[in-house]
Amino acid sequence: MLGKIFDFISYLFFEMGWLKSIVDLFLIDLIKLNEEMAIYSSLSFFIYDLIKIFILLTVLIYISSYIQTYIDIETAKKTLQKFKGIFANTIGALLGTVTPFCSCSSIPIFIGFTRAGLPIGATFSFLISSPLVDLASIVLIASIFNWQIALVYVVIGLVLAVIGGSIISLLKMDKYVEDFVREGNYNVEEETEKKTFKIRNRVAIDQVKDIIKRVWKYIILGVAIGSIIHGYIPASFIDSVLGENNWYSVPLAVLVGIPMYADIFGTLPIAEALIMKGVGLGTVIAFMMSVTTLSIPSLIMLKKVVKNKLLFTFILIVTVGIILIGYTFNMFL
Amino acid sequence: MEIKILGSGCRNCQKLYDNTKSAIEELNIEGNILKVTDFMEIAKYKVMRMPALVVDEKIITSGMVPSKEKIIELLTK
Repeated sequence: MLGKIFDFISYLFFEMGWLKSIVDLFLIDLIKLNEEMAIYSSLSFFIYDLIKIFILLTVLIYISSYIQTYIDIETAKKTLQKFKGIFANTIGALLGTVTPFCSCSSIPIFIGFTRAGLPIGATFSFLISSPLVDLASIVLIASIFNWQIALVYVVIGLVLAVIGGSIISLLKMDKYVEDFVREGNYNVEEETEKKTFKIRNRVAIDQVKDIIKRVWKYIILGVAIGSIIHGYIPASFIDSVLGENNWYSVPLAVLVGIPMYADIFGTLPIAEALIMKGVGLGTVIAFMMSVTTLSIPSLIMLKKVVKNKLLFTFILIVTVGIILIGYTFNMFL
Repeated sequence: MEIKILGSGCRNCQKLYDNTKSAIEELNIEGNILKVTDFMEIAKYKVMRMPALVVDEKIITSGMVPSKEKIIELLTK
């Protein structure tokens, strides 16, 4: 019974079979396209994916932003102060996924955490997991692929954040932080106003508007690239470049991902199309992780607060971690 | 009135700058708006959530982009 309900919810919201039928009705019965044509594959992928992603994004960002109004960065910091060693890294990684903040806050947060006496490693766990495993993107992965893949993505994302941060702790990297980061304390109580439903609701709606406004171009571009791959680029070509039998497919995916400054929302349709063409799941996940954690603008910002040694250690750990994740996935799935 | 916008120059910081600018124009007050993008400077205000609005060295809001109306309300308080 419960299984049936779950299947129904899944059909309604995640696979959106009904939407697929409507798109088919339009393309096959109305415009008289043939299911065998490349233009049909491209167009149906484009329309279906675009509508699906926008519906999901609106609903999901609303829900996750609403939940996030209950959590703030000050609370996250205080919670994290209670833990030590690998527990601090684990809690840091978990808090990173649920604490909301604008990406430009990551450096002030780094400074605030460091001045509060938190170990650098735990702070890095926090900062690695926060762009990597974010609430809205998890549900989007679940809808485009399936729940198992989303779950695995979350788990390995968190593991990467915990291990990455732990290595930075083990290497005793605390001294490679720019001096000004440590000077003075940072313990001010920021005033928080009492939040009513009205305020939370407004915050969530603003967040939806803001993210959609920010990412719609990337999504349309992503879906367009995805649909071209889907309809026109032969699977054999993709397989010869990014296929599982190519040892360099994973590192290549990581390299291509670094200079891309896109949201995970824009990379997902490309990922989806690549998977359908038979590219290994590991290669695709490596690509998505590289786009979100190793973007050049965020590395430039990080450079301002840490010394080169720590910066390169961070890049190395994350790159190696993502490549390993990619190979492991390709091997076992 | 000395107004500062703290933040590394992301979209939200820019939006806060624009909203604040139209707010002081509407209020018709003499005010300088300064963008503070240097992390060393930002750290002095001890805020973690960007963007932040600072008026006469006092933090008014942080981690959100208030509307023009809200800023007018905050500035006239």
